[in-house]
Amino acid sequence: MSSDVLELSAAQAIAAIDAGDLSAHELFAFYRERAQADSDANGDGLNCFTWVAEGAPSATAGPLAGVPLAVKDLFCTEGVPSQSGSRILEGYRPPYTATSVAKLKDAGATLLAKTNQDEFAMGSSTENSAYGPTLNPWDRTRVPGGSSGGSAAAVAAGLAPWALGTDTGGSIRQPAALCGIVGLKPTYGAVSRYGMIAFASSLDQAGPLTRDVTDAALIFERMVGQDPCDATSLQFPEPIAKPTAERLDGIRLGVPAELRAPAGDFADAELEPGVRDAFERALKLAEGLGASVQEISLPHAPHALSAYYVLAPSEASSNLARFDGVRYGMRAPDATDLLDMYTRTRHDGFGTEVKRRIMLGTYALSSGYYDAYYGSAQRVRTKIAEDFKTAFDSVDLIVTPTSANVAFGLGEKTANPWSMYLSDYFTVPMSLAGIPAISIPCGLAAPGGADARQSSGDASDAQQSSGDASRGEGGLPVGLQIAGPAFSENRLLDAAYAFEQALGFAEGAARV
Amino acid sequence: MIDRDEVLHVARLARLALSEDELEPMARELSAVLDHIAKISELSLEDVPPTSHVVELTGALRPDEPRASFPREVALEQAPAVGGDGFLVPSPQA
Amino acid sequence: MSEDTTALSGGQAASGGPGSNGAGPALEPVIGLEIHVQLATKTKMFCGCELSFGEPPNTRTCAVCLGLPGSLPVANAKAVHFGLMIGLALGSELAPRSIFHRKNYFYPDLPKGYQISQFDEPLCLGGRLGDVRIHRVHLEEDAAKLIHEGESGRIHGSDTSVVDFNRGGTPLAEIVTEPDIRTAEQASEWLKLLRVTLRQLGVSDVNMEEGSLRCDANISLRPTGTEELGVKTELKNMNSFRFIERGIKAEIERQRKLIEGGGEVTQETLHYDPASGAISSLRSKEEAHDYRYFPEPDLLPVAIDEQMLAAARDAMSELPAERAARFEAELGLSADSAQQLAFRSELGDYFEGALAADVDPPAPAQALANWVSGDLLARLGDGEDPAASRVEPSALAALVGLVAAKQISVGAGRQVLDKLVAEGGDPRAIVEAEGLAAIGSGDELGEIVAAALAANPDAAERVRSGNAKAIGPIVGAVMRETKGRADGGEVTRLVNEQLGI
Repeated sequence: MSSDVLELSAAQAIAAIDAGDLSAHELFAFYRERAQADSDANGDGLNCFTWVAEGAPSATAGPLAGVPLAVKDLFCTEGVPSQSGSRILEGYRPPYTATSVAKLKDAGATLLAKTNQDEFAMGSSTENSAYGPTLNPWDRTRVPGGSSGGSAAAVAAGLAPWALGTDTGGSIRQPAALCGIVGLKPTYGAVSRYGMIAFASSLDQAGPLTRDVTDAALIFERMVGQDPCDATSLQFPEPIAKPTAERLDGIRLGVPAELRAPAGDFADAELEPGVRDAFERALKLAEGLGASVQEISLPHAPHALSAYYVLAPSEASSNLARFDGVRYGMRAPDATDLLDMYTRTRHDGFGTEVKRRIMLGTYALSSGYYDAYYGSAQRVRTKIAEDFKTAFDSVDLIVTPTSANVAFGLGEKTANPWSMYLSDYFTVPMSLAGIPAISIPCGLAAPGGADARQSSGDASDAQQSSGDASRGEGGLPVGLQIAGPAFSENRLLDAAYAFEQALGFAEGAARV
Repeated sequence: MIDRDEVLHVARLARLALSEDELEPMARELSAVLDHIAKISELSLEDVPPTSHVVELTGALRPDEPRASFPREVALEQAPAVGGDGFLVPSPQA
Repeated sequence: MSEDTTALSGGQAASGGPGSNGAGPALEPVIGLEIHVQLATKTKMFCGCELSFGEPPNTRTCAVCLGLPGSLPVANAKAVHFGLMIGLALGSELAPRSIFHRKNYFYPDLPKGYQISQFDEPLCLGGRLGDVRIHRVHLEEDAAKLIHEGESGRIHGSDTSVVDFNRGGTPLAEIVTEPDIRTAEQASEWLKLLRVTLRQLGVSDVNMEEGSLRCDANISLRPTGTEELGVKTELKNMNSFRFIERGIKAEIERQRKLIEGGGEVTQETLHYDPASGAISSLRSKEEAHDYRYFPEPDLLPVAIDEQMLAAARDAMSELPAERAARFEAELGLSADSAQQLAFRSELGDYFEGALAADVDPPAPAQALANWVSGDLLARLGDGEDPAASRVEPSALAALVGLVAAKQISVGAGRQVLDKLVAEGGDPRAIVEAEGLAAIGSGDELGEIVAAALAANPDAAERVRSGNAKAIGPIVGAVMRETKGRADGGEVTRLVNEQLGI
């Protein structure tokens, strides 16, 4: 079995199961063993998982035909630990399952494992997990990105065929970019948030992390829909289609000047040369596929990061108030009184980054500061949404690098919070506007200043630029972000598919 | 930009204990972040309406139909401390 | 607070209006009320748990009202409907679009660490009921219940508490008045009017003892005739009309003494102990009172459309204040009678049913009103619904008609009513069967009067010489002879006639 099965994408596995060439049971056992091995490897593994299924699930039929699914820790899965990467919820087993996960289970997916993440989804490297960092399968001295680092690394390493993550400011897209896989953040409201342990309610969205664009469309199709348990969820206006586009003829791509060359206060978000080269090559490739590329402006995009780091911590400070030791989760022992119970429980149970953001959010909402911070951030948000609307009058899709850098080293950005926050520079504008965006691998680059090991030149050469890179040696994955107007996921997936076919990125390079 | 006293005040509002060792780094880190963030308060945005909900819709409401509640055992299942039929907590001092 | 005692030294001339001890101008109380009403929906405000009425603890909870991680609220349409009805009844402006806000603070009865409420975009603004203006009405969820081990029901003096989340999430309408109230009595009376109005609407049980109606008072004093508001205190946890009245009175007195003594009122939250009459400070739940309100991101704005408005209007019936006004204006009832009948819908309904009955001789409206709220209720029991008794509205109307036409005496009428209450039936038939027809004008009564005068010569003499009160024994004799069937007025007239007065 082994390596043949490992080569199968989820869509291919489903086809094989439907054809009777593969049994869902065997497929599950195969991946379960690999996942368990990673968990058992302790220091030698990637630390992708916080829980692995113990046995085979009961028989599953449905369009997803029993393909095992890894699910980020913060999705409530009934009877299975759902900790959102935090000590304060260690061992917490919810009495219900998140709607998005239940829908996938109803469609035939089986729960393989829960994946590691930054605590309460706050982070861009998975180093904020209370259960240890997850390592990047391309280079184990580096981070897989965050907060859905466990899901991204698992898919990249072939420890799970596909996985669910969540994206609040980039937490699906950025780890997908750093691990060389596909990650989709849907239109806000397209997927129910019921059962997702909340970080920032007006920004959180569930989405797939997959090997390829076809798999992403396959899962996404089963996730969308209005949920009576989530008042902010919407009916998707059209069915999700299997992407088939081979070319980009007639598609107008816009590149925001502000996100191509960050400057001034945000010069720190400047692209690594290798990332810039890979991005520019992708644009050339797009033109070769028939797209037109033009520069556009999103005038308020440079302020998106600041607005995000007011709005998200503010909502989080409120969402995390329920972790008080009263009804579930950790409670500090021997509390002398109620105040002591609250303050010590939360001090002991929350990690440093979470505490920092709770403090930031509480401050921004507090009396005297609301207008300057929260009020301003809401207004910036309005402007950013307007900027995108205006931009989409003249272009169909917007492209940017997903991240300014390839995977960085463990510990490299933990000393300075703002340097870590800059990881979200290219992804938060879309989150604030609530529009969908996908990240796909578009090449490899050496980290820092060195040039990537590939030929420069025209579009046809670009097709050779990736693929032959073995783990880490030829460079580290670079992600291309494609964003579209609300509910344009079908267009996004098609464009992403066309890129994917042309790029021929060998995502299997990082398999364990 | 945010001093020790303000940090203590905010920590109290957020019910977060902070040890002496944690206070100073927290003040420093928050100040550094606020330095970057504060720039948005300098933008001229007076005439811009704030966005509270990015979804441009008004809410469908839930019909007043009963749904099954948890049995008590389920409600109390994960409770750190149980007293009789409920969740046991230290008394609020009045 | 320091008190300046030198102001009360002996040499000071007494001055000032009533109630002051000479240390300044007359002070008037300025009172506003904050009322929380539990709405009579089937399910909670943001989840489908059924409302609890004394269910065993923690048996009416779910992921949402327990605040489990990942849970989300969804607003109850019926609660919004009831909110609209309240707004219509109070003549408020209904916001075409209102939003929910989070009110953030920590307390064990607040599972999410915030209460979902409404802040600066509430469901209803403005309005008026009686002589008190309404500031606003908004929707929110109720907190859970903290049961204190140690002294039952009191926070002081216990080490642990138990939380019961059954009540948590119950829909509440919060009604805030303008500070138009000037006395404790006015507060109590107005609250009663609010209560009957809400009861009439059917939006709540509005039972203070059960907690479906809760009232806090904001109280301050200012020099009479001035506009600026003084520092106010908030008086909480008064759970009966009587306690509210006494509590407000006590707080007004406390503030008055304080101010006249040269001190200043501190803004604080207070508790009134009805047993001792003492007012004490309640330590607030959130010391800094910084609730960090922000719009609730998990709920979309509530938009009121024509359909919702029409549904709310259709569900309204005539409200007590309107009904009382109509009784006065159209039926000529006294203000007191009108209020008595209008403020209890079952009385008003019964009364109007009787009025509509086709009886001969007809029953005058005021007389009928008196019989309903007087003799009938006295026999049935004050809280009873006359419609549940054996006395048909038409029967009462017939009875009142007979008395009004003097065909039976009032006393006889009461006997008939006793019969109706016990067995039901028709008044005319009862009068016939019991021989209760009045002995009115005519020789028969005249002869009996003459006989009574003859039998009581001293009394007769005293009456003749101008002592009207002496008529008692004569009337008594006539009544005994006629077994109460004589009309008292007619007897007096005959006595005077026969005595030549």
